Amino acid sequence: MVSPEAIRNILARNEALAPIAGEISEDENLFDKGLDSFGSVQLMLALEEHFDVEFPDHLLSRKSFSTIRSIRETVSSLVQAEAA
Amino acid sequence: MLAERFARAASVAALHADAVDREGRFPAEAVAALKAERLLGLQIPRQFGGEGSGLTDIAEGCFALGQSCSAAAMVFAMHHIKVSSLVSHGLDSAWHCRLMERIAGEQLLVASSTTEAGIGGDLRNSLCAVEAEGATFALGKDASVISYGAQADLILATARRNAEAATSDQVLVALMADQITLERTSTWDTLGMRGTCSDGFRLEARGVPVEQILPKPFAEIAAQSMLAASHLLWSSVWFGIASYAVDRARVFVQAEARKRQGQVPPTALRLAELSNALQAMKATLVSALRRFEDAQGNADLLDSLAFSVMLNNLKTTASDMAVDIVQRALGIVGLAGYKNGTPFSLGRPLRDVLSAPLMIGNDRILANTAKLLLVQKSAGQLMSA
Ligand SMILES: Cc1cc2nc3c(=O)[nH]c(=O)nc-3n(C[C@H](O)[C@H](O)[C@H](O)COP(=O)(O)OP(=O)(O)OC[C@H]3O[C@@H](n4cnc5c(N)ncnc54)[C@H](O)[C@@H]3O)c2cc1C
Repeated sequence: MVSPEAIRNILARNEALAPIAGEISEDENLFDKGLDSFGSVQLMLALEEHFDVEFPDHLLSRKSFSTIRSIRETVSSLVQAEAA
Repeated sequence: MLAERFARAASVAALHADAVDREGRFPAEAVAALKAERLLGLQIPRQFGGEGSGLTDIAEGCFALGQSCSAAAMVFAMHHIKVSSLVSHGLDSAWHCRLMERIAGEQLLVASSTTEAGIGGDLRNSLCAVEAEGATFALGKDASVISYGAQADLILATARRNAEAATSDQVLVALMADQITLERTSTWDTLGMRGTCSDGFRLEARGVPVEQILPKPFAEIAAQSMLAASHLLWSSVWFGIASYAVDRARVFVQAEARKRQGQVPPTALRLAELSNALQAMKATLVSALRRFEDAQGNADLLDSLAFSVMLNNLKTTASDMAVDIVQRALGIVGLAGYKNGTPFSLGRPLRDVLSAPLMIGNDRILANTAKLLLVQKSAGQLMSA
């Protein structure tokens, strides 16, 4: 399972989220915390690079990337699918 | 029948289109006809006195009006873009439900204020901020463009959530005409789309109840209703303008053919090319409308990157094609189109349609698409977004 800390480390590279990445709870909406559409694209790229996965088109929506929990679930499902 | 109601309003709009353009005045007769046909409340759900129409119905209206008077068509489109945000995001708010009832019942006209001095066409950022004082708020905005701001019954305006919020942390507020003052800061004396009366204003609102702030963040409203409604309805207006120009060219070529029977006029070849371009433009628009209708109720799809890319592509493609088509129609018609006051005059439609690539600059939209393409994957099926 992908840890929340791994996700927080990646969030910390985002300009808007950097100062608060450590404090964001798993269910807080990242877009409410200042993540914008370009930031979310950068986040997707960073996650693909770090976890060596590719998000298919149907997962590239605001919902998949709106909270730390949803990101963990999305990434985990892909990591497991690769391992299987 | 809806088509007949649109046709009646469009014929009124056509009658006054030249005067509206020449005098740069609001298409008052056309808007009165839209109200008389009860077309301003079409999208409002039935329980609030509307007809529950979808965007495809509204797009038909934009197309019908676009062939008659671009300014009236754009007013109708912009009104319904705002109404689509209310219908998609206002149902949880008693105040906005009551507003929808009033729009349908009293045929209120809704305007939009997103553009701001210092921000330009960057919809997703605001400088001005809502300043709440207990149960009410104040808002001051340097709104550099508000189409028919002086004629509207209410304005939906973007602003930062509060004075401390980031420029992208926006809300959408409904401001009734009697709750605001509008001081004109610039006059819309333009090449085309003159009847939209898109003057600049200093907008001041005070003592507005906080329940008039739409409960959803503007980021969601923009992504889930406004982007789609804007690009689909604007493109329908531009398709109407382009179709009108192609009609003029066709009538012209047919008249030539009647004069010299037995010969195909040389301009007929250009007309064939033009019909080709018009069909391609129509296909782009209609497939986007179908995809949008098919995606209703599927928030994940509406929210996906692929869907945003598709809508962005519609806007840049339709706006460029419309300009090209009207220009080529003028090439076929020649001087009769260049002159004002002939049955083939294309000056007004050409000037109007030149606004299309500027209305949220195409380069701004392409730059946005470019970012999305950094992660988007290829489509799996022919019939997918
Ligand atoms: C007919 C009409 C009616 C309108 N009605 C309204 C209304 O009712 N309410 C309202 O709020 N607004 C309205 N607008 C304004 C519209 O929404 C945009 O704000 C406006 O068209 C942007 O104008 P601009 O060229 O000054 O702005 P900017 O957005 O500042 O752009 C200037 C130039 O820079 C380019 N550019 C900007 N960003 C980038 C980028 N990232 N990459 C590359 N190039 C970029 C653009 O393509 C453009 O060429 C209307 C516009 C028109 C034409």
